[in-house]
Amino acid sequence: MDKIRASILTPSRSSKLERRGKWLSLLCLGSICIVVIAIFGFITYRGLATFTTDHVSLSKFLTGTDWNPSVSKSGAPLVGALPMIAGSFLITILATALAIPFAIGTALMMTDVTPKTGTRILQPVLELLVGIPSVVYGFVGLTVVVPAMRNIFGGSGFGILSGTFVLFVMVLPTITSMTVDALTSVPKSFRYASLALGATRWQTIYKVVLRSATPGILTAIVFGMARAFGEALAVQMVVGNATLMPYSLVAPASTLTSVLTTGIGNTVMGTAQNDALWSLALILLIMSLTFNLAIHLIANRGSLKR
Amino acid sequence: MTTGNCYILKFDSKQEIALETKQLKIFYDEYEAISAADLQIPRFKITALIGASGSGKSTFLRSLNRMNDGIASVQGQIWYRDLDLNSREIDVYAMRRQIGMVFQRPNPFPKSIYENITFALERHGITDKKELDERVETALRQAALWDEVKDKLNKSALALSGGQAQRLCIARAIALKPDILLLDEPASALDPISTAQLEETLINLKQQYTIVIVTHNLPQAARISDYTAHFSQGVVVEFNGTTETFTQPKIALTNEYVSGDFG
Repeated sequence: MDKIRASILTPSRSSKLERRGKWLSLLCLGSICIVVIAIFGFITYRGLATFTTDHVSLSKFLTGTDWNPSVSKSGAPLVGALPMIAGSFLITILATALAIPFAIGTALMMTDVTPKTGTRILQPVLELLVGIPSVVYGFVGLTVVVPAMRNIFGGSGFGILSGTFVLFVMVLPTITSMTVDALTSVPKSFRYASLALGATRWQTIYKVVLRSATPGILTAIVFGMARAFGEALAVQMVVGNATLMPYSLVAPASTLTSVLTTGIGNTVMGTAQNDALWSLALILLIMSLTFNLAIHLIANRGSLKR
Repeated sequence: MTTGNCYILKFDSKQEIALETKQLKIFYDEYEAISAADLQIPRFKITALIGASGSGKSTFLRSLNRMNDGIASVQGQIWYRDLDLNSREIDVYAMRRQIGMVFQRPNPFPKSIYENITFALERHGITDKKELDERVETALRQAALWDEVKDKLNKSALALSGGQAQRLCIARAIALKPDILLLDEPASALDPISTAQLEETLINLKQQYTIVIVTHNLPQAARISDYTAHFSQGVVVEFNGTTETFTQPKIALTNEYVSGDFG
């Protein structure tokens, strides 16, 4: 065998290294998957304990309005999670709904109305908003929003409405920057085509740009909702943490996350009180999976190419 | 060949003029892309703008219906029906309805074929379903696309081939019944068969429309146009009948360009 043939047939050092690298990256991927699966498994296991060991019925858990895990009634603890579920959804939907017009307006400013100055001013603002820790938002909410609500509506000032305003500011940058991405991914040629047909700028924005970017904007909104749903600290600081049905927007209420953060340190592992909190965590997990699924569905169905 | 630097044909009163530029200068910041162009665009003819890349022919074309607004600064006058289009009082949106444009790359909207055409019609206030249907059919027939798409008008326009998409863009423009159609290298992204179909379409359209076409393809200019303007480094060096421009150019630069001696 000549030298060249031999060198081609024997695996070189670099090809061995390459194979090793491939295994290494596979290992990293594998371990992350294991962690995720473990978290899911653990939360599911603990979350189901309420229903298996503590004999709470699922319907009672989802529809009951009394939350008092330390009190037992007819053999099962009183864990009606509806107030928190309602609080979470209410605060998420209100904050997102409030943020959508602002986010789309801001995004249009940055992409279509005044791209140069709009981006120069708003980009740093958005990045700053993202970078502020949630405890700071909560603190500002506590010292500014809650007293303001108290002055306007009376009562304590704590409640869904205060949480809505705090969350509104927190989800705004998420929705805005993703909407900007969606708008910039609409080809310039669509805009030129529309303008060349005599459509005005507004008609172009409304009928062509926003229409084409709709799936992207929906994805942005769902991302914002997921963020709002999962936000714990800032909400907990202003929502009032009363496990009551949120019949009023300005009365103290609670969300899944706020009950979890306030409660988890005060319960003992394995007790019914603790199990009940894990069940709330399970609901959070299922919701975030639902949001993820929604994002994928929107992205797949709404892609421009058909 | 004359000794002058430029030869610009001027029409006598027998030929109607659709559009005329006077001392049109176009700047990108400091850079002068077009210096003082005086060009008459004859009505119901195809006028080809040829020239090397960067000679300013596309810039010139885009200025004619003010698509350069906000991109380049345009000085001078563009006369259309005794109006200077390059003035403040002009409503560009209403003007573009009369002077349509088709771009280099086919750019149908991500809507159905039908909606692609009705989009602009609705924007300009035509909402009667019957009239819309009529306009769509006429435009598609004029663009020689009707037979290929009549059964799938509600399908996405993005599923069309490049050549079909470009003819749809032309149909979209002529559905508005404009006076003038500006085409910016409309065939450069198309294969030869689609190009041939497009050229045939354009030749048929010239009975009703004034067409200005920018092209890199010299045989194409020779095949379809009646008049040809040769741009070189921002100057219209020669404007004449297409046959004259290609067979007896009056300017040395044009001779070099059309005979391939260029660069």
